[in-house]
Amino acid sequence: MRHDISLTVNGDTYNLTVEAWRTLNEVLREDLNLTGTKLGCGSGDCGACTVIVDGKSVSSCLTLAVEMDGRQILTVEGLAPSGETMHPIQEAFIEKGAIQCGFCTPGMELSALNLLKTNPRPSDTQIRSAISGNLCRCTGYNKIVDAISEAGRRMKPQSKTRR
Amino acid sequence: MPVAQFDYIAPTTVHEAVAALVKGGRDTRVMAGGTDLIVKIRHRMLFPKCIVNLKRIAGLDAITVDKKNGLAIGATTLLADVANHKGICRHYPTVAEAAGATANVQVRNMGTVVGNLCNASPSADNAPTLMAMAATMDIAGPTGSRSVLLDQFFQGPGISALQVGEIVTAVRVPPPVAGSGTAYHSLSQRGKLDCSAVGVGTMVVLNGDRCTDARIIVGACAPVPMRTQAAEKMLIGKKMTDTLIRQAAQKASEETSPITDVRASAPYRWKMVSVLTIRALTDARKMALRKQ
Repeated sequence: MRHDISLTVNGDTYNLTVEAWRTLNEVLREDLNLTGTKLGCGSGDCGACTVIVDGKSVSSCLTLAVEMDGRQILTVEGLAPSGETMHPIQEAFIEKGAIQCGFCTPGMELSALNLLKTNPRPSDTQIRSAISGNLCRCTGYNKIVDAISEAGRRMKPQSKTRR
Repeated sequence: MPVAQFDYIAPTTVHEAVAALVKGGRDTRVMAGGTDLIVKIRHRMLFPKCIVNLKRIAGLDAITVDKKNGLAIGATTLLADVANHKGICRHYPTVAEAAGATANVQVRNMGTVVGNLCNASPSADNAPTLMAMAATMDIAGPTGSRSVLLDQFFQGPGISALQVGEIVTAVRVPPPVAGSGTAYHSLSQRGKLDCSAVGVGTMVVLNGDRCTDARIIVGACAPVPMRTQAAEKMLIGKKMTDTLIRQAAQKASEETSPITDVRASAPYRWKMVSVLTIRALTDARKMALRKQ
């Protein structure tokens, strides 16, 4: 029931042995200590566990770790890989007051990246649609929409190809 | 509470997957996106001993759009890929809209159209449109392949026509009939994100302003997504006026048997079947007239 997998998280490759029933969310948080990815509802409704797998945003709580063999994963820890300068999405979230308790923020930021990489100048309606799978109980969403709009303006054209 | 344990295999051919399902019997479950299956396991509604992941089978995620043979959507084709596919958006716009109205961005990046159908939920967002367009399911099993009309695929809440060892490999939609129009409208508590409380898919064929064929399928208001055939009969052969649409929508509502549950009350659903049927018939008529 244990499976050997090799997966890449934020550019680092890990060789792990995982039980078939464990989720990507559990392996990220418990085995790799990447606790930026949160666990909210556990049923794909709230978006707090959002990560990007091979360029697509997914719910890590509904993804089995064993399925991730050979995949490229980006978590919030990998948004600003140097750890010194923040990603434009993170800067905009802070400046626009789009963070309150912070629990939804990692998922929101990755959903924002998922949108901005294909649509760098989204309308407010497109932003709202793109984050419709991410619940926030603090901000009322307006500041998050402002932040994503601002981040789109700040992201350089080459950041389209950035992980 | 301990997490339910299971084993996992990821076959690379349909043949291997079928063999694994035959060997495992009812304790083995097929997974495509896993967005329903993993929730059911984690919420302790299902206790499979083994999961067979279809996503490593090459070619099973294909989309083909062909003038003569129509549309085919593979078993592991993502909801997002159907919603954004240029050929589907152009020739089968309502199929794309229904896929785009299923769940949220993340779930559409994981889940599949065929998986949505195979769960056999009465509220499956992709069922009404595909049934209205006379879709069929391609099924592979231990004794060979067969094809089942989607109309006959749903047999009860969570119960499909699939036998042990069988896998749906694709859903096929015939080419749209000349002068036909389709539409899908749904309602749920969180916009279109959560399970639909009511969904209505329609297909009408017009010759001038006369309706020569009509199909109305209502989701989440009976044990299966259901055709409202008395309402369809009211339209066929008649001039498709606003008044007639209203009367047919009322009839469609009377044919359904909704229950009260967490998503909506039965009286609300009855009312909304009528409202959504009016909208879906009006939109389908508009598309049919535009195509003439």
